[in-house]
Amino acid sequence: MIVRILGEGQFRLDDDSSAKLTVLDKDVDAAVHAGDEAVFKMALGAAVKLVRETGAPVPDDEFVTADYILPFSDATIDEVRKLLTDGTIHSDPTAP
Amino acid sequence: MSVMKRVSLIFRAKADKALDRMEDPRETLDYSYKQQVEMLTRVRRGVADVATSRKRVELQMTSLQKEITKRTTQAKTALEQGREDLARAALQARGQLEQQYDDLQGQYTQLQDQEEKLTLASQRLDAKVQAFRTRKETIKATYTAAEAQTRINEAFSGISEDMGDVGLAIQRAEDKTAQMQARAGAIDELLASGALEDHVGGGSDYIQAELDKLGATVGVDDQLEAMKREIANNAPKQLEANGDGSAATSADVPAAQQPQAGDGA
Repeated sequence: MIVRILGEGQFRLDDDSSAKLTVLDKDVDAAVHAGDEAVFKMALGAAVKLVRETGAPVPDDEFVTADYILPFSDATIDEVRKLLTDGTIHSDPTAP
Repeated sequence: MSVMKRVSLIFRAKADKALDRMEDPRETLDYSYKQQVEMLTRVRRGVADVATSRKRVELQMTSLQKEITKRTTQAKTALEQGREDLARAALQARGQLEQQYDDLQGQYTQLQDQEEKLTLASQRLDAKVQAFRTRKETIKATYTAAEAQTRINEAFSGISEDMGDVGLAIQRAEDKTAQMQARAGAIDELLASGALEDHVGGGSDYIQAELDKLGATVGVDDQLEAMKREIANNAPKQLEANGDGSAATSADVPAAQQPQAGDGA
């Protein structure tokens, strides 16, 4: 599975790590829903750590889209919510 | 659906939308490449902007540090002169400056962090754009428009995600820089108007004014004291001492050689 950490690029994860990430993803999700910043930070931190440590960076000349995109490692719940509403991707690179 | 999955779908939807607008698939490659080059310029400018902000904060920290040192000196001087009230005021002023300094320190670290991240993002995008350019030419040379479609879509979607990522990183850095600039502007004004110094007393640095006054008074008082001592010491030996008027010198004169000329002692 391909995972991107915003601000850090893409990583390729094996099945074992992918399964672990899926579990952490649920924690991140629950924390965002509950608005629990502390839990969110912990869950996101664990997810980012897992991807950085077990994932292999995708080479520059390989063009793939990610199955999962993790927010910036120091993101807040507010930022994630904004990202999810319209993807406050202010700078939409694909816009005309 | 999970957060991470949803974010990835948002990115993909944006790329798909842009792809749909293209009629000739090959056009997509050139169009995308042009945008990538623009994005590279933007991210490099972003790095420069953050660096400028960081340097500004750095200068302000130096100014504040000077003020802090000045307040410390004032407090010591005031205490030496027995003016605890002034010392207290100086220390209070210093406390406020220190708070501002700590605040700036935090901002400085954040800016450094942003600068580092944006620099890395710029390098990553640069490498990706170079690879895209090569891929673009290969696709154009090797495949017919129809054959090329899948490969183009892959490359386009892939790099779109990178551009979205970098775009967000720039946005973040810009937000951070804007916040810092607003604060930095306020601190510049405070430093310039001396308002930071005026928080405690009235007027512009009244502590220093008081200390200066005190310094002048103390100088006169000291001189008066010295003269009084001199006079008291010399009283019995005025004639000898008369020569150089120095109490110390007169004290050095052996007692045996003292007054012969009945000075009324």
